Amino acid sequence: MSVAQSARHDAGGARDGMPSAGKPALWVFMGVVTVLFAQFLHAYIVRMGYADWQRLPTLPTVWLNTALLLLSSAALQWAQVAGRHGRRAGMRAGLFLGGALALAFLAGQLWLWRQLTALDYAIASGPASSFFYLLSGLHGVHLAGGLVAWGMTIRRVGHNGVTADGLLAVELCARYWHFLLALWLVLFGLLFIVPPATILAICSSA
Amino acid sequence: MALAIVLMALVAAAVLFHFLSPWWLTPLASNWGQIDTTLMITLAITGAFFIAINLFVAYCLIRFRQRDGHRAAHDPENKKLEGWLTGLTAVGIVAMLAPGLFVYAAYIDPPADSLVFEAVGQQWQWRFRFPGRDGRLGVTDSRFVSAENPLGLAPNDPHGQDDVLILNSEVHLPVGKPIKVLLRSQDVLHDFYVPPFRARMNLVPGMVTHFWFTPTRTGRFEILCAQLCGVGHFNMRGYVVVEEPAAFQAWLGRQSTFSHAEVKTAAPNAPAGTDLAAQGKLLAQSRGCVACHSDDGSARVGPSWKGLYGKTETLADGSTVLVDPAYLAESIRTPNAKIVHGYPAIMPPFSLSDPELAALIAYMRTLSDKTVAQAGTP
Amino acid sequence: MAYSSAEQHHEPHSFWTRYVWSQDHKVIAVQYTLTAIAVGLVALVLSNLMRLQLGFPGRFAFIDANHYYQYVTLHGMIMVVYLLTALFLGGFGNYLIPLMVGARDMVFPLLNMLSYWVYLLAVLVLMASFFVPGGPTGAGWTLYPPQSILPGTPGSDWGIILMLVSLLIFIVAATMGGLNYVITVLQARTRGMTLMRMPLTVWGIFVATIMALLAFPSLFVSGVMLLFDKTLGTSFFMPAIVSMGQALSYKGGSPILFQHLFWFFGHPEVYIVALPAFGIVSDLISTHSRKKIFGYHMMVWAIVAIGALSFVVWAHHMFVSGMNPYFGFFFATTTLIIAVPTAIKVYNWVLTLWNSSIHLSVPMLFAIGFISTFLIGGLTGLFLGNVSVDIPLSNTYFVVAHFHMVMGVSPILVIFGGIYHWFPKVTGRLMNDTLGKLHFWVTFLGTYAIYFPMHYLGILGMPRRYYAYDNYAFIPASAQQLNAFITVAALIVGVTQLVFLYNLVHSTFRGRPAGSNPWRATTLEWQTPDTPPGHGNWGAEQPEVHRWAYDYSVPGMAQDFVPQNSAVAGGGDDHDQKAAGRKKT
Repeated sequence: MSVAQSARHDAGGARDGMPSAGKPALWVFMGVVTVLFAQFLHAYIVRMGYADWQRLPTLPTVWLNTALLLLSSAALQWAQVAGRHGRRAGMRAGLFLGGALALAFLAGQLWLWRQLTALDYAIASGPASSFFYLLSGLHGVHLAGGLVAWGMTIRRVGHNGVTADGLLAVELCARYWHFLLALWLVLFGLLFIVPPATILAICSSA
Repeated sequence: MALAIVLMALVAAAVLFHFLSPWWLTPLASNWGQIDTTLMITLAITGAFFIAINLFVAYCLIRFRQRDGHRAAHDPENKKLEGWLTGLTAVGIVAMLAPGLFVYAAYIDPPADSLVFEAVGQQWQWRFRFPGRDGRLGVTDSRFVSAENPLGLAPNDPHGQDDVLILNSEVHLPVGKPIKVLLRSQDVLHDFYVPPFRARMNLVPGMVTHFWFTPTRTGRFEILCAQLCGVGHFNMRGYVVVEEPAAFQAWLGRQSTFSHAEVKTAAPNAPAGTDLAAQGKLLAQSRGCVACHSDDGSARVGPSWKGLYGKTETLADGSTVLVDPAYLAESIRTPNAKIVHGYPAIMPPFSLSDPELAALIAYMRTLSDKTVAQAGTP
Repeated sequence: MAYSSAEQHHEPHSFWTRYVWSQDHKVIAVQYTLTAIAVGLVALVLSNLMRLQLGFPGRFAFIDANHYYQYVTLHGMIMVVYLLTALFLGGFGNYLIPLMVGARDMVFPLLNMLSYWVYLLAVLVLMASFFVPGGPTGAGWTLYPPQSILPGTPGSDWGIILMLVSLLIFIVAATMGGLNYVITVLQARTRGMTLMRMPLTVWGIFVATIMALLAFPSLFVSGVMLLFDKTLGTSFFMPAIVSMGQALSYKGGSPILFQHLFWFFGHPEVYIVALPAFGIVSDLISTHSRKKIFGYHMMVWAIVAIGALSFVVWAHHMFVSGMNPYFGFFFATTTLIIAVPTAIKVYNWVLTLWNSSIHLSVPMLFAIGFISTFLIGGLTGLFLGNVSVDIPLSNTYFVVAHFHMVMGVSPILVIFGGIYHWFPKVTGRLMNDTLGKLHFWVTFLGTYAIYFPMHYLGILGMPRRYYAYDNYAFIPASAQQLNAFITVAALIVGVTQLVFLYNLVHSTFRGRPAGSNPWRATTLEWQTPDTPPGHGNWGAEQPEVHRWAYDYSVPGMAQDFVPQNSAVAGGGDDHDQKAAGRKKT
């Protein structure tokens, strides 16, 4: 999202001279996003308890998209490790690959939306559909914001070797990606994998 | 200095206001005297704090105002004083909370032998239902709601056939018997609030809420909606008549049941023989017309009835129409057929019998000095 | 820590970059403040229009029921979110955090600038709703579905959509600003400025910001879901409904879920507004009574405790909502527990006055006024938090009086006090004293006249959000006279705010020069080399902090205050004194 993006922009900016602030800022931002999704999931789980709940089918596309995001995150991790060892080429390659895979993930999500709509699971067709589009859409928006920051990071690592500034940007990118991956895995699990009865049992005992 | 005097004057004025105020709790008419007691305990404790702290500040303002050559003290921290104050506050809090929770425990636990009735809210009118001889209310669902079945009872449910329907806004209750009120809304949030009963609860579409009370005093009490429900909110009026059990039973016996397809919705308290316009006025009140249509020309949700009869209205599409009985009948039964310019198309269709319609139109006629030449009949 | 030297800060030159697209926290603070005051004036006018109808029903034909509910809604929403939240965090927070912790600016100046412009966009979208077909929403500031998105409520076509979109934009702005304030406090404090040496103003704003970051997502969630229900036909909050005789296609949603989400934001929101006010008023009282704040550590812990507890009390707004009735026990208990740290704060303010030397300057008048109004508002909260007392009072004028006293009048008095207090630092000039006193007396006494009697109308049972009360038999005719009286008082208070505006404008250009530290205060913002502070705040070198913020009237000192960056021995809080004592022996 734009917050993360400009936070990162500022963090690396020469005029601030305070690169260390980027890290805590990203942590706080991820905290805010966590609370945001926690609230959505709270609503989701409450709604799941009603009698008319019917889950969406798990299309193969979901698995494909999850794999894409996983690989995207791994590529950024690779970029980060390469950067720490001073290998600029490896860092750039990982960065490019990670971004491309993330774009592929977003395209895959849109494709998934079209597939589900074609199968009569449109957004207003039932509570599970509504929540699915809402949650996956919001997750996608956060990733799209990350891609804007990713674009700025690409620019920053473009020239002369691995700078501390460039490396920090890559590290922050990677961290945000891991966060979004973890978030997606939670959503994936709650939307498609874990049986509703199990979720409700866990939540009512807590 | 002025501020100190003003603070003391404020305290004095507040206390005076409290004891002289003509605005106070309505006389209690239910078993919830305990709620009033808890309110009084809270008032006494908080009142004491209010007076003490304001006076303390006033004293400090006088005693420690800035003077030449005087410097503020530089005391060390006083943990002991803080501890005492915290403890004292905690005691005050417990003294308020404990009785409050006891009363609440009773509030959410209706007696098993309560008389059950249902209040149904709809923008902007009240209607009611009592279980019939089988003692059970029939199933309802919003898909069954129609002009002929305004409360949405399931046509096939045997328990619903003998349910007593009160399709106007006045309900009667027996005095001295615990009453459990089931609350249902067909559109938005409402709130069933009768101030002298103290007890109340929201109506929430999609679910049935409830609360209970025992009426202890006979009389006629106003039902208010106390949860914002749109522009007609302030006029969503209803009445509870609390009477002796025998009178209540007699009243209940006169009401029609669901299986009587011919739904009678005569105006309440309309003794036979009163003139048609007076009946129409009562009908306008009981069916909630007055929530949107004033009788004095003031602007409300819909056009005022003052001077309406015989007037030429401009419609939303720019055409004009003479307000005659035929037009009025159409506007009541199918409101969205012709929309008056400047008003939203939000009026629900009303199913009135022909005599009721005639009464209502007769009432509207009295609010206008115009006449309609070709008198059509509805 | 933050800046090695001032040279890194390039002074912007053109008018455009200096005052409009500025990244200087002081300029952004002024932008936030002026925008909030402007939108607050709109809300003030709306409230007076509302009062005209209530005081003199039917006399003003243009205020019909539709308009009335639109005024009610916009008044509430603007005051709570667009005025109070924006002014405390965006205005005071922006101006004071960097100066009070000794930083040169916020850590993310660009983000800070964006935060303001996004906030302005939110305000413009909201104002645009006055001009769309159907006008702004009239659903009440709580926007409860189903009513807020159905016909029968004014503005249910476009008004509600713009309202929700505006809120979502506002939340983005608040998050941008919030990240900045939190990270600045955590990372950019100058040397020697430990957390426990920060002025309570910074503590209040800091904790309030953290709360905003945690609470606003809940509003975001409810806003997005309601917007989906309105525009895409989903049924998150919408059960099967027959609206105006027509069956709608919604089904299965829960209106109560919205209320839970809304109040999970809504209650912390009260403290997002209150905690900065608590902090500021502590500093005003300490400075203007020349005495250290009583129980500083307790005050800090009370702020933190109130902040944490405020997340577990939300459902006390829903005692009669139809939620699971057993929740009532829990939420009544937590609500009354929160009264303890709040009461401690009141005790500590008044105990600070004991044995002090009270200067009744204009900021101090407002601070004392705050104690009195907050006392009423806080105590009446105990009625409404105590579940069984709440039952007859909820949604009556008692509630209106309570929340106006506690989170309307009280924070506004602090805002005024704060503006009179810091205006000399912002402009280098003092505000006019006589006009300030006039403003205080009318506002303070006026608010008592408006809200004190209102409690009694509530006890009588007059429901709130009523356009008119004709022909209700239980309401005596005298209640109408009282309403007329309240309206007159409200109009007088409303008009008096023009005196404040005049004072603000006049003093900016013609006010008496103030010098760098007119109140002889200890905190860092008064120790800047220039007044108003220049770009980068501190000239060549950032200050180094040697003591806490409350060294007033330290025995043996020539002056009755010791600035935080003064290196002289002596003073300090109990911890410092003990440490110094150990060193000596």
